[in-house]
Amino acid sequence: MTSDKQQQLIRDLILESTEALDQFEKDLLLLEKKEADPDAPHRIFRAIHSLKGTSGCLALHKIEQLAHSGENVLSLMRDGKLQPEKEVVSKLFAFSDGLRKTLAEVSQTGQEGAADHSSLIADLEALHRAASEQQSATSTAGACGLFTDDDPSAPAPAAAPADAAAIAESAIRVDVEQLDRIMDLVGELVLARNQIVRFAGSTQDPELVKPTQRLNLITSKLQENIMKTRMQPIGNLWNKFPRVVRDMALGLGKQVALTMEGAETELDRTILEAIKDPLTHLVRNSIDHGLETPEKRLAAGKPAESVLKLRALHEGGQVIIQVFDDGAGIDREKVLRKAVHRNLIGAEDVSRLSEREVYALLFQPGFSTAEKITNLSGRGVGMDVVKRNIERIGGSVDIQSEVGRSTTIRIKIPLTLAIVPALIVTCAGVRYAIPQASIVELVRIGEDETARVIEYVGQSPVYRLRGHLLPLVHLRDQLKLASAAQGSVFLLVVQAEGRQFGLVVDSILDTEEIVVKPLGKELKGLSVYAGATIMGDGRVALILDIIGIARRVGLLDENSNKLSAATAAESRGAGRSERQSLLLVGLGKGRQAAIPLSSVARLEEFALASVEHAGESEVVQYRGEIMPLVDIPAALGYGADDGESRRVVVYALDGRSYGLIVERILDILDCEAKLQHSTARTGILGSAVVQKRVTDFLDIPALVASRVSK
Amino acid sequence: MSQRKQFCTFYLDSRLFGVDVLKIQEVLRFQPMTEVPLAPAVIRGLLNLRGSIVSTLDLRRRFAMPPLDSDTLPTNVVAQTPSGLISLLVDRIGDVVEVEQADFEPPPETLDATARELIDGVYKLPSGLLLILNVERALELEPARNA
Repeated sequence: MTSDKQQQLIRDLILESTEALDQFEKDLLLLEKKEADPDAPHRIFRAIHSLKGTSGCLALHKIEQLAHSGENVLSLMRDGKLQPEKEVVSKLFAFSDGLRKTLAEVSQTGQEGAADHSSLIADLEALHRAASEQQSATSTAGACGLFTDDDPSAPAPAAAPADAAAIAESAIRVDVEQLDRIMDLVGELVLARNQIVRFAGSTQDPELVKPTQRLNLITSKLQENIMKTRMQPIGNLWNKFPRVVRDMALGLGKQVALTMEGAETELDRTILEAIKDPLTHLVRNSIDHGLETPEKRLAAGKPAESVLKLRALHEGGQVIIQVFDDGAGIDREKVLRKAVHRNLIGAEDVSRLSEREVYALLFQPGFSTAEKITNLSGRGVGMDVVKRNIERIGGSVDIQSEVGRSTTIRIKIPLTLAIVPALIVTCAGVRYAIPQASIVELVRIGEDETARVIEYVGQSPVYRLRGHLLPLVHLRDQLKLASAAQGSVFLLVVQAEGRQFGLVVDSILDTEEIVVKPLGKELKGLSVYAGATIMGDGRVALILDIIGIARRVGLLDENSNKLSAATAAESRGAGRSERQSLLLVGLGKGRQAAIPLSSVARLEEFALASVEHAGESEVVQYRGEIMPLVDIPAALGYGADDGESRRVVVYALDGRSYGLIVERILDILDCEAKLQHSTARTGILGSAVVQKRVTDFLDIPALVASRVSK
Repeated sequence: MSQRKQFCTFYLDSRLFGVDVLKIQEVLRFQPMTEVPLAPAVIRGLLNLRGSIVSTLDLRRRFAMPPLDSDTLPTNVVAQTPSGLISLLVDRIGDVVEVEQADFEPPPETLDATARELIDGVYKLPSGLLLILNVERALELEPARNA
């Protein structure tokens, strides 16, 4: 036998055995639950028997030996002499794991490796012996000995189930790489089609237009069908969960009934691969942290057996996957306590966080509500990793929960990664594609408006979007392209990991379905690109990675605790170091101070003449209200400003606006500041070095209280 | 039997370079490319090669040679590397030449540092010297500027 031929046979063996072992485990679970069809014991016996035969032929003796001892046990089960009790099934699962491990080794190295199955084999033999002895003790028939010891050289039973043969005739096995190549070729065909359609559109010749339309239609159909061949039912991924659930439930002493709905829902295989780990983690998490022990459940008036439900469905061109459990739910108080303890939020934020924001905390790095780390979950792969992995493929995760009743985790993912809807924009005359998933809205800024509506805080451009300051990022600056041309621009409000910012581009062309292609290794380091695509005219366009851009400009940070409402950091204790967005202001005589940006509503300038008095306080009329002014330098005893106008930071506190008078606005920045108590002065939380200058962190609530008579 | 090897040759300025002919997939006339902002300067852009996206490496820039005068269009030589296809931008393409192993010599010390790093050695041809380019090493670039 040539070694090529041998390799081919081994590959076939591995493919077949993997499938056979999947079926083996499925049957075993059913047998344990006493729900299996009468053929199941025969089926699992045959599967292992033929694996033994083939591996023997291919000189894979370790597999052969292991399979042989497993086969002996299975033959007893087949003959009804051994009942599929819990321990027996557990041993057989261990046996199947052993086979899988060695097969994986063979598939990677071509060798069986150093795997030692002696304890597994001893276990199986002990099982076999115990069962046979029991048999001979209870029954006088010694005949069982004849059946239990199958002759290893005996030919595998030829009887394959009839339905399996029927499937074999209507389906063939295709190499995934082959499918990928076909997919690539179809991608090229689509591009060639686009070029011809464009050309045909410019001529009026019916001789050309008609076949072009046909070509157009056929190409689209072909593309659609090829995409379908890459789709796999999510059930392929779920198949392993019954086993995971059984093992975990057994280990934790919980009773879990797993149901799966929509297993036939299809997903592109790359996506299926990408959600495998996150989904497994969620299932483990539910059993470990979500579901209670039978005693606790009974005490709470629930049935002892808990429900874990996996559900998949199509919705609006996306796939929704739900992991539902009827366990203890998420205890808001417990989450908040933990979050405060871990410095993820300040103690004062606790009462303000909405349900959604509390659940969002679970996805923060370094968060784990489990009282203790069990060996089954909580091994450092937290929910933050789940979230990151799902977001990487353009999906999202959210949690709904009812304390004491249930938890539902909803994952939303695109159908395929290979083709995504994108917005095509231009910048400095070059086209770029931006995945639609990250775009929230578009704002056009006219030529005459540009200077007015794009404002600067220090060096940083901002835009007022419905009353909130939206940080702006000029794509031209980020890509170091030629300096901005005058004229109208477009503002894309984009979202990266829950953080919004405005991306400024020159113009917007169109939305298009683009085929994502990876960039070569030499460009992999550029995190601002997610890949490239080929446009209708055959030219290449780069796909922008919004998360990468946000990271580049410092809007996101690997460990940022970005929570929309949990950012008010005004009264946090000194000595704590964390990243936050700050507004830097000057207070005269070179003094620099910082105000948390999250509570800053606007920046204004008022003429001195518009400042009026209400009682003791200085006020201005602002948007139909009377806004009290707090002169920060004066409040801190630095002396008042005597200029013609007042620069004012409009600050939101307890639902009211206050105008903080400062000497000037310096900058907005994200920084990690370590506060030091250097002063006991009211109104200053502490000081830190920011941009190489000592900066006072202002305690705005205290300052406001000291100056404004409420 | 003496060891003979075939090289696909091309010119950069007046120097003759060669790459193992088995590693060359095809030669294309100059194509419009999409520039990649922020990429290392030696990456001239991206090329659509029948549906695959291929980076183009400007060999003149890689060797720190002055740019080609603007009215001459360079040629793309598409080579296979372990990490995928790469297009090499050269002045013009030469013949495929067959060389004797006996004519091989390591790169001379007098060669400037950049060039010596990228060249595996030299074959002495009757018409001149053939410098053998190490494509993989030519692709080892300074990490792209990034945040």
